[in-house]
Amino acid sequence: MSSQDMTPAPAPGTPAPVAPPRPTGRLRRMLDSDIFYSWKRSPVTVIATFTALFLILMALMAPLIAPHDPFNPASLNLMDGFTPPASASAFSDNWFLMGADNQGRDVLSTIMYGSRVSLFVGFMATLFAVVMGMGLGLAAGYNGGMIDAVIMRVADIQLSFPAILIALLIFGVARGVIPANQQESMAIWVLILAIGLSNWAQFARTVRGATMVEREKDYVAAARIMGVHPVLILLRHILPNVLGPVLVIGTIGLALAIIEEATLSFLGVGVPPTQPSLGTLIRIGQQYLFSGEWWILFFPAMTLILLALSVNLLGDWLRDALNPKLR
Amino acid sequence: MKTVIAGLGAALLSTTMLVTSVSAETIRWARGSDALTLDPHSQNQGVTHNFAHHIYETLVDRDVEGTLQPRLALSWEIKADDPTVWVFKLREGVTFHDGAAFTAEDVVFSLDRARSEKSNMRQLHVDVDSVTAVDDLTVEVKMKGPSPLYVNNLTNTFMMDKTWSETNNVVEVQDYAAGEDNYAVRNTNGTGPYKLVSREVDVRSVMAVNDDHWAENKPAVTEIIYLPISDAATRVAALLSGEVDIVQDVPVQDIERLTGTDGIKVETGPENRVIYFGYKFGDAPLKTSNVTEGNPFNNPLVREAMELAVDRDAIKQVVMRGQSVPTGVANPPFVAGWTPELDAYPAVDLDRARELLAEAGYPDGFTVTLDTPNNRYVNDEAISQAVVGMLGRIGIQVTLASRPVAQHSPLVTSNETDFYLLGWGVPTFDSAYVFNDLVHTKDGSYGAYNGGLYSNPELDEKIRSLGTETDLAKRDATVAEIWQVVKEDRVLLPIHNQVLAYAMADRITLPVHPENQPLLTSVTFAD
Amino acid sequence: MLAFIIRRLAQSVLVMLFVALIAFVIFRYVGDPIASMVGVETRLEDQEIMRDRLGLNDPAVIQFLRFVGNAMQGEFGISYRLQQPVTELILSRLPATIELAFASAMIALVFGVVLGVFTALKPKSLLSGAVMSASLIGVSLPTFLIGIGLIYIFSVELGWLPSFGRGEVVDLGWWRTGLLTETGLKSLILPAITLSLFQLTLIMRLVRAEMLEVLRTEYIRFARARGLTQRAINFGHALKNTLVPVITITGLQLGSVIAFAIVTETVFQWPGVGSLFITSVQVVDVPVMAAYLMFIALVFVLINLVVDILYFVVDPRLRVDGGSSGK
Repeated sequence: MSSQDMTPAPAPGTPAPVAPPRPTGRLRRMLDSDIFYSWKRSPVTVIATFTALFLILMALMAPLIAPHDPFNPASLNLMDGFTPPASASAFSDNWFLMGADNQGRDVLSTIMYGSRVSLFVGFMATLFAVVMGMGLGLAAGYNGGMIDAVIMRVADIQLSFPAILIALLIFGVARGVIPANQQESMAIWVLILAIGLSNWAQFARTVRGATMVEREKDYVAAARIMGVHPVLILLRHILPNVLGPVLVIGTIGLALAIIEEATLSFLGVGVPPTQPSLGTLIRIGQQYLFSGEWWILFFPAMTLILLALSVNLLGDWLRDALNPKLR
Repeated sequence: MKTVIAGLGAALLSTTMLVTSVSAETIRWARGSDALTLDPHSQNQGVTHNFAHHIYETLVDRDVEGTLQPRLALSWEIKADDPTVWVFKLREGVTFHDGAAFTAEDVVFSLDRARSEKSNMRQLHVDVDSVTAVDDLTVEVKMKGPSPLYVNNLTNTFMMDKTWSETNNVVEVQDYAAGEDNYAVRNTNGTGPYKLVSREVDVRSVMAVNDDHWAENKPAVTEIIYLPISDAATRVAALLSGEVDIVQDVPVQDIERLTGTDGIKVETGPENRVIYFGYKFGDAPLKTSNVTEGNPFNNPLVREAMELAVDRDAIKQVVMRGQSVPTGVANPPFVAGWTPELDAYPAVDLDRARELLAEAGYPDGFTVTLDTPNNRYVNDEAISQAVVGMLGRIGIQVTLASRPVAQHSPLVTSNETDFYLLGWGVPTFDSAYVFNDLVHTKDGSYGAYNGGLYSNPELDEKIRSLGTETDLAKRDATVAEIWQVVKEDRVLLPIHNQVLAYAMADRITLPVHPENQPLLTSVTFAD
Repeated sequence: MLAFIIRRLAQSVLVMLFVALIAFVIFRYVGDPIASMVGVETRLEDQEIMRDRLGLNDPAVIQFLRFVGNAMQGEFGISYRLQQPVTELILSRLPATIELAFASAMIALVFGVVLGVFTALKPKSLLSGAVMSASLIGVSLPTFLIGIGLIYIFSVELGWLPSFGRGEVVDLGWWRTGLLTETGLKSLILPAITLSLFQLTLIMRLVRAEMLEVLRTEYIRFARARGLTQRAINFGHALKNTLVPVITITGLQLGSVIAFAIVTETVFQWPGVGSLFITSVQVVDVPVMAAYLMFIALVFVLINLVVDILYFVVDPRLRVDGGSSGK
């Protein structure tokens, strides 16, 4: 009923929208595109894409496909603890492909569930940082003057706090503000806020620098003289030109956010150990580095590396593919 | 890129081996943290005392069995005609590191300093009325009332030189607020077996043997290099790579690996510290529970069900790697009042536990949050996590809230937690110390760590009577009565007594000390 | 130029004041200093006495004014934990951190630029691919895990390098250096590598990306057309033009190096300000935390100042006061 209303009127000069009778049209066009061509040409990127997709799907479908539910403490048997990979527990019939951890949890299942937490925190925190950083960076770079000074000074302050420190601060404040009985359920949001807030300034600085350069270019000056609204100039002319660096930093940022989460867990500030992220799992596993239970550390660490690596590779490729100057 | 750097590193370093040999008498001693201060009365904290015991000395201390033994005092007794006066006879011919003689005046000065307002040792001496020197080698301590166990409070109260303190303006314990540096924080003048040579806080302290020490047997260790290494993995790595000789705080999971490593051995022994869970008592609904009518923990059936659900043996075997002594009473075996009967604990019985819960009106269980520290006791967080799983099996859904002890401890003292883990050491080796802080109704100086606000007026009266009871047989009977009630009422849910593990190079032996206060004078070398 | 610098200086002072406020306000909420100062067995009434003595019961405003007044004299009070003047503690720890940060910044800069240029000039070579992949793996690992891994390999298994501390140190006046002894230099290697890996990757990727971009610009084509040698083009023109963003990021990252040092110093027991800080956070040693925060802010403000001035020098197009034309 509302599909008619929702269809935007084609803007003058843009190609006609895909005709409804050809549902494959959009796909067709995508497959024909330069971007897809460059994607196909890079086997590393193809592998990275599938790895990332695989890990994301695995995380999303964890409740359906995980052999155990590690978040349900009632289903655990402590005596299964430290069962080596690909063997059955000496105390129960449970069989563990990747072994069991110190609490008798199936490592494979904890990885599936842990990836969910890590990805969620990483995506949300990066999104937060990108939106905030780009908005402020564009505003600062385009306007200059006071606005620039204020925003950049705030960014300085922001950058003057190590990410870990900011997270600790936000945790401290959260502890003071959030009632004790909600702290655990809020922990993940505090984490997102902490990581997001600690990263926005990087985006702001980069975007601001690029914006300052772009602003001086003739086509922007031309648009300005033509009386185009500043917001429109920002969106249409400047934004596309700063997307490249933002994507590069953004991809690193996503991996960084996941790693930052791990580091915070290492310092004992993170999601509760009963609902672990990959970072928490690594922290737990790290305690068994010298004692021989390598699987508790190895599998979550490998998953984290694979995840961060594939995301980084994707970002690398995206940067090249999206930058019109490089084609 | 990594290989490039690794190769570079290899090229740079292949020249010599890192580990330089040290003389047999030097011991590099690694711990998880440093002493907080050198001022002996400024902090009542185990690591700080442990360090201080090498430089300063106390009137009495405990051997590795936990029995009191003479140190600067040769004898101690309650005055025959006045039960409120303790008489200490001092060791003769003791000198401080600067050569001054140790006399009764120094004891008077030190005890007065230790019980002064700014001292952190004050609580152990609150019952002291006055301290006087009778002659050069006799000191009398007048108590406010009969205090038959006061001598137990003296094992960490160190003796300073009066003249030295006056000369260096350290008569008072350092006042944080004054913002002044205090000479005693960084300089020492004790009577102990070692002299401080150098100190870099958190990094490295060096002590050399005191050749003028009174003890007949000179310690085998002539130089101590004290190295705080906070990260557990790094600490173990340092021992494995031969950079340190003794690691005092060994993670339980690494004991097996260390034992199996050539040239390294591990000494283990029980610590005088019990790990337990505490409940919130009272009728008010719990803050973190879905039960909004009444408090499930206040129901004895619920507490019994929970005790039956907790598998102490599994915790010992898996979480603690065998390095714990499961117990049914919140009182370590070292402490007077402990009995095997109290120590016994019930076998796990999940069916009975579920029955009890149903009987109590919670057939589907309930939810609650468990507060746990994560950096204070051995595997504290993992113990709590395991208990979350065990309670989950009888339908009690527990959320785990894990915090560093700096944030956990205030939750307990301010009664803000519904369910919490805590460890309790008993430096006086007497049950009254447990009762005063954990069982007595929260009131003034009593019940400071009774975070669950348990209150039993009958018990309170008995507990208070312990402080002044001079008939020791009668006192023991009262202690037994109190424990009986505490155990039957399930005031606390004890899990185990901690076990300490020290790892060291094969050629040396350092026995485990029950208060985790080993003296390196007790180190022996293999030939 | 002078007016610009003066204005920036004034802004910096404002920033520092703002940080002082944050440092003070937020740390009043993190944990309870008293609880961390005393043993768990200390009675509550004694704790209350200490609270009074420390002025923690005074109104917040008074406490803040006291804080700022003292901070201006470089006076941050006495560490709750160590009972020594905080300024002195930090100054005594500073050389260790600066030596570590400097060493790792050098590693990062040298290897980062060299590898970045190499991978940009020979993007198709196998070695470039290997370098890029290795760098991504490096950046996909949490710092603490890299540190522990290096300790495991080079200290425990091979016995080549120390696992902790600074080795032997030499006092040069108040500056305690580890650079003059063999054990000191050896001790520096593992932590410096650990700390540099992340920055190295960042600089390398940045140099590579900028080089690739610049190499495709018109004037490089002109340069080629003019028959300049490949070397002159690559280094005289291309590399020079990548320097603006590299200076920005490297400068900004120098602060991050000091901040990241928190984790590295913890793992390697490196006696710098970072490990001092994290120990202080764990026991809520408020004076040390506040002083550290101010110190980091000062470092960042100074770095930003220098970077801004360098911007000015390197790229005269970027006049800060040219912003008025953007209105």
